[in-house]
Amino acid sequence: MIDIPPYPPLDPSNYDLIIVGTGVSESVLAAAASSSGSSVLHLDPNPFYGSHFASLSLPDLTSFLHSNSFSSPPPPSSPPLPPSNNHDFISVDLVNRSLYSSVEISSFESEILEEHSRRFNVDLCGPRVVFCADESINLMLKSGANNYVEFKSIDASFVGDSSGELRNVPDSRAAIFKDKSLTLLEKNQLMKFFKLVQSHLASSTENDDTTTVKISEEDMESPFVDFLTKMRLPPKIKSIILYAIAMLDYDQDNMETCRHLLKTKEGIDRMALYIISMGRFSNALGALIYPIYGQGELPQAFCRRAAVKGCIYVLRMPITALLLDKETGGYKGVRLASGQEIFSQKLILDPCVTVGLESLSSLTDQQNETLSVLVPKALINKEKVSRGICVIRGSVKADVSNALIVYPPKSLFPEQLTAIRVMQLGSGLAVCPADMHVLYLSTLCDNDDQGIKSLLSAMSNLIRLPDPENHQSDSVVENDTCEAKPILLWRALYVQELVKGEYGGTISSMPSPDGNLNYNEIVESALKLYEQLMGSEELFKEETSVENTTEENDGGVDIED
Amino acid sequence: MHGRPRKASKPEEEAASAAKAVKLRSLQSQFMTNHHDKIYTKEAIELSTKLLEINPEAYTAWNYRKLAVEDTLSRIESDPNLVNSIFDEELRVVENALRQNFKSYGAWHHRKWVLSKGHSSIGNELKLLDKFQRLDSRNFHAWNYRRFVVELTKRSEQDELQYTDDMINNNFSNYSAWHNRSVLLSSLLAQNADGFMPNEKIPDEYDFVHSAIFTDPDDQSGWFYHLWLLDQTLNVETPLLTSAWPSHGSTIILSGAGCLNSSSSKFTTFCSESGSFPLILYSDQAVGGVSSSTVTIDSELKGNEDLVWEPISNKNSQVSCVWVTHLKYVSSDPCEYKVKIRVGNSPGIISSRGYNFSAPYEFVFTAHVHDTVEDSQEGIVSWTDGFDIWDAKSKDLKSLVTLDRLEAEIDFEWRQEAIDSEVECFGILADSKIGKLTLARLLMAREVMVSDDAVKGVRYEEILQLYNELMALDSSHYQYYKDEHSVAFLHKVTSSSESLSRHLFRYRGMNNLVCLRLNNLSLSRIASVKKLLFVQMLDLSHNELHSTEGLEAMQLLCCLNLSHNRIRSFSALDSLRHVKQLKVLDVSHNHIGKHSVDTTRYLCSSPLSNSEWSQDGVGRQNPGLVTKYWDAYFVLRDLNLKQLDIAGNEISGDEFSSFVLQVVPKLVWLDGQKLGN
Repeated sequence: MIDIPPYPPLDPSNYDLIIVGTGVSESVLAAAASSSGSSVLHLDPNPFYGSHFASLSLPDLTSFLHSNSFSSPPPPSSPPLPPSNNHDFISVDLVNRSLYSSVEISSFESEILEEHSRRFNVDLCGPRVVFCADESINLMLKSGANNYVEFKSIDASFVGDSSGELRNVPDSRAAIFKDKSLTLLEKNQLMKFFKLVQSHLASSTENDDTTTVKISEEDMESPFVDFLTKMRLPPKIKSIILYAIAMLDYDQDNMETCRHLLKTKEGIDRMALYIISMGRFSNALGALIYPIYGQGELPQAFCRRAAVKGCIYVLRMPITALLLDKETGGYKGVRLASGQEIFSQKLILDPCVTVGLESLSSLTDQQNETLSVLVPKALINKEKVSRGICVIRGSVKADVSNALIVYPPKSLFPEQLTAIRVMQLGSGLAVCPADMHVLYLSTLCDNDDQGIKSLLSAMSNLIRLPDPENHQSDSVVENDTCEAKPILLWRALYVQELVKGEYGGTISSMPSPDGNLNYNEIVESALKLYEQLMGSEELFKEETSVENTTEENDGGVDIED
Repeated sequence: MHGRPRKASKPEEEAASAAKAVKLRSLQSQFMTNHHDKIYTKEAIELSTKLLEINPEAYTAWNYRKLAVEDTLSRIESDPNLVNSIFDEELRVVENALRQNFKSYGAWHHRKWVLSKGHSSIGNELKLLDKFQRLDSRNFHAWNYRRFVVELTKRSEQDELQYTDDMINNNFSNYSAWHNRSVLLSSLLAQNADGFMPNEKIPDEYDFVHSAIFTDPDDQSGWFYHLWLLDQTLNVETPLLTSAWPSHGSTIILSGAGCLNSSSSKFTTFCSESGSFPLILYSDQAVGGVSSSTVTIDSELKGNEDLVWEPISNKNSQVSCVWVTHLKYVSSDPCEYKVKIRVGNSPGIISSRGYNFSAPYEFVFTAHVHDTVEDSQEGIVSWTDGFDIWDAKSKDLKSLVTLDRLEAEIDFEWRQEAIDSEVECFGILADSKIGKLTLARLLMAREVMVSDDAVKGVRYEEILQLYNELMALDSSHYQYYKDEHSVAFLHKVTSSSESLSRHLFRYRGMNNLVCLRLNNLSLSRIASVKKLLFVQMLDLSHNELHSTEGLEAMQLLCCLNLSHNRIRSFSALDSLRHVKQLKVLDVSHNHIGKHSVDTTRYLCSSPLSNSEWSQDGVGRQNPGLVTKYWDAYFVLRDLNLKQLDIAGNEISGDEFSSFVLQVVPKLVWLDGQKLGN
C-alpha cells in the first residue's frame, strides 16, 4: 500500500468526534460539527480528499479501484498487536471491506493517456451532478462551502434508445417549443402536464386553493406511472418524465422487477426539483450543474470549511484498531497506523471500515454491542450499482460537450431492467484534456454480469470500441455510422456495493455512494446523523450569507442566494 | 418585465420619491427659464442633461437639446471632430436616460433624431439594442428602433428574420418578435426573395407557429401570428372579378314600366321607367379605375358609348368592390341584343393596395327588349301571398348567378393544401375557445377556396356548430360569434343551387320578381351578397339585423322586408341609398328611435344644422322636423319609395308620418294605408 512517512504525534489526543473517511457525508458532518463548536479530528487513509467521492488521475483511480476490490489480495496486515493489557482498554483490529468487484480496466492508447495522465480528474462514483435546487446546494450556501467550488452547466440532456439516436429532453417551455421530434399533440400534452404540476405546486405553497388546480389526494397516493397514464400521456412522454426528469431507475411498468414503485406524490416532488432547478440561477442553462475539476471538489469544499472552524485534518492515516473500555465495553478511542492512540466521545467511520469476524468471537456481549454497526451483515437486498468510465476522443453528440443521456428501461435491449444514465463531461470542466471527453455510466443491478452487460450495451451504442477483430469484420458495412461515433481510448468497468449508513450511538458508519444522480440522499443521511449526534442544534447557524462574493466567470454558474 | 404584480410602496420609498419631486421641480423651473430665454450655454445644456437623467420623460427637455445642438452646429459646423463629439454626447445622454427608463418615448425618438443627422457611427446601435432586448425581449420601443437601425445599416432582412427566430426560440411569448417576423416576411415575400416563395415559405411558417400554439395554447402571441398567416394564405394580391350581373350566358328581359303578358317567363325581367338597366361588377377586393376605357362593352344597344361607372361605397371613396353602370335601352323597340363585356383588357383597374387587375375577363349575355303591354299598377306589395315556389329542378338558377369564383390563373393549389393541413391540425385543440374559433375560421377559409362541387359545402354544419358552442361558452363575445354564424349560414345557403333554390320564390304580382326569403333565421349580419346580385325582392324579416350593410351591391333590389329586426336608426339603413330601384321598404317593428343620438352633447344639434338641407324644399319649409329626423331625412330623401312600413317603431307617429310624406312625395302606401293624393 502506501508508505506512511513518520508523522509527528497528534496533539491534542482527545476529541469530541473522530471521523474517518473524507467522502461527501463525512465531510458535511465534519463541517457541521466543527461549525457548532465540537473538536473534530478528520482522518483519511488515502493521500487525497473525497474517499469514494474523489476525482483522481487515471493511474490513481486504477490503483484505488484495484486496492479496494474483492479480486485484489487483502493488504498485508501487520501481525496483530498483542492486546495492550497495560491499559484499561481492549483493542479490536479493523478490517477493510472491499466496495468494488468485477474491476476491469483497459487502455487502448496508452502513450497518449500517459502523456496527459495528470490532466484527468476522473470521478470514482460518476455519473453524478447537482440539481440547482438540490439540498446539497442549500447546504453549501448555508455553510459557506460554495466559496471553494465553481460550477458549470450541463448543456443538454438526452434520451437514447437502441437506434443510437439521441433525442433532446423537452424539459422547459422553450425546449418543448423547439423540439423537432415531438408531435404537436405531444407538445400540447407535455406542456399541459407541466402546467398542472406547476399549478399544483403553486397551490401547495400559497394556500390559494380556489384559483389553482390541485392534484387530488387519491391521485397523490397512486403510482406515478398510473397517474401519467390517467393524464393520457403517450408512452414516449411518460418515459421521458419518469426516467429523464424524475430520474427513476426501475421499470415502473414492470411490477415484478421494479424495486421502487414511485408514488405520484414523490413523482411530483422530483418534477418540482427539476422545474425549480431550471430557473434557480440566472446564469445556469438548465437544471443541472457540475463542479469544475470534478465532483471531488465537493467533499473538499466542506473539509476546507471544517478546517476554517478548527477541524484537524490528517490524510494518509488509516486507523488500525478500536479501543474499547475493558469494564463497560464502551468506545474509548482509536489506534492510528502511526501507533498513536487517540480518544474521542464519538466515532464516525467510512463504510469500508469493519471488524473482522474472528476478532468478534473473543469479545464480550457489551463490546459486541458497541461494535454492532461495524459487523458486516448479510445483505438482504443484493442491489448494487455498476459503473463505467470511458475516455473518448470526440463527442457523442456534435456541438455538445457536457450532457446527460438516459436510456430508459428496455430501451437498449428487452431484458434491460433499469435505466442507464450516461454523462459526458469535457475539458471545459477541467476533467480531461481538450478534444477528449470523459463518459460516466451507471445502472443499478442485482449481479455483476447483468450490470456490466447493460453498461457495455450503452457504450456500444454511443462509442466505437477499438477492438481490432471487430474493426475488421464490419468495417465495410458499418463504416458510415461508425465514423461519426467517438473512439474509445480508456475504459474502466466496476460494480460497487451499496452499503447503508448506520447510527450506533458512539460509533456510526456512513453509507457508500448511492446509485442516484445527485447527492440528496447522501446529504440527507448525513444531516440525519448530525441530528442524532448533536440533538436539535441548528446546522451552520452563523454562516448564513457570510463571505458571499459575486464573481462573474466565463460560463460558470454562481450559486448565490 | 411582464406579469409582475404591483406592490404598494413603502414609506421610505414614498419619502424618496417626494425628495426626488422637489429636486425635479427646481431643476424643471430653471430649465424652463433657460428654454424660454433660448440660453444654450454649456451650463444650461448640462442642466437639461441632469433633468433628463432623472426624468427621461421630459419631452420639452429633449426638444430643447435638439435646438441647442442645432444652435451649436450653426456656429462650429466647420470642425467635423467637434460635430461628432456633440452628437456622441447626445447619444450618451440618451443611453443614460434609457437606463433609467427604457420605455421612454422621448429618449428613443431623440436617439433616432441624432442618428438621422448622419454624424454618428451606427455600428454600436445593434449591440446596445441586444442589451436592451435581453433585459426585456418584448420591449416594442427597442424593436421599433431596431427596424430603424436595420434600415440605416442596410442589414439584410434574412439576418433580421434569423434574429426573430432566436428570440422566439428563447421565449415564444413575444408579440414584438412575432410582429417583426410578419413585417420582415411580408417584405421578403413581396420581393420574391430567394427562398421566400409564398407556396414554400408560408407552410414552413405554419409549422413554426404550430409549435408555439400547441405547446401553450393559452399564450396569445402565436395565435396572432397564425391569424396573420391565414390572412396571407387567403389573400391573393391581384384583384379578381368574382361575380357580375347579368352573368355570363344569361338572358334578361327588359321592358318599360308596367307588366308583361308573358308572366311565366323563366328569365329575369327588368322593368324600368328610365329605360336603363344596371350592369354590376363585383370584385374580391376594393378596386379603383373602373371606367369606359378599362371595361369595354360591345352591343347594338344604342346610346351607351360614354358610360359612367360608379363605385358603390358608403365612404364616398373612389375604390369599391362593387361598380355599377347603367346601360340604356329603348323599350318601344323590341329586339334581341347580345352584349359582350371585357373587363381589364387595358390596364387601369388597381386595387386599394396597389395591385393591378391582371386577369382580363370576358362575358356575354343576351338582352330581350320587350314592349310593355299593360300599364303599371300602384298595387300594394304583400309579403304574405302571391309567391310561387321555385322549381328546384329547373336550370334557371344557373343562368341567374355565377355561383363559382370566376376562373383566374392564381396559385390556388398550395393555399388549399395549407388550409387543409391546418384544418386537420387544429381538430386537436378544438376544446378551447380560441381553438374552436380558429377551426371555424379555417373551415370557412377552406369552403371559400374549394372549387370541387363534390366536397363543397360539406363542412358548413360543423362551422355553424362551432359558432353555436362559442356563443354558449363565451358570452362576452357573443355578438361577434353571432355575426360569424350568420355569415357562415349565408355562405351555406349560397353554396349550391339546391340550397339556394329552397329560399327562392317568384312574386306573381310584379312580373315574376325573383324573391329570396331569408326570414326567421336569426341572422345578425348580411353576407354572400356577391352571389345574390340577381335578387329583386328580399325578405329578411324576423331576424336580428342591426344594419343593411352589404345590400348596396344588390342593385336590382326593388322590394325589401326588414320588419322585426333590430335596426336602431335610419343611419343603419344608409347603404340602401345606393339601391336606386328600391320601391318597397318594410322596416316595421324595429327599434328605430329607441336609442336616438343624444344631440345635446354636440355643438351642432344635428349633422344637418349648417349644410345643404337649407337649399332643399323640405328643409326650408320645416327645418324643425329635418333637424329632429335628420337620419331619416338623409336616407329617405335619396330613395324613390312607393311603399313604406314603419309601424312598430318608437319613431312612428303622426308627426313622423307627416314628415315622411314631405320627404317622399311619391309615396303611395304608408303602413298599409293608401295615401290620398
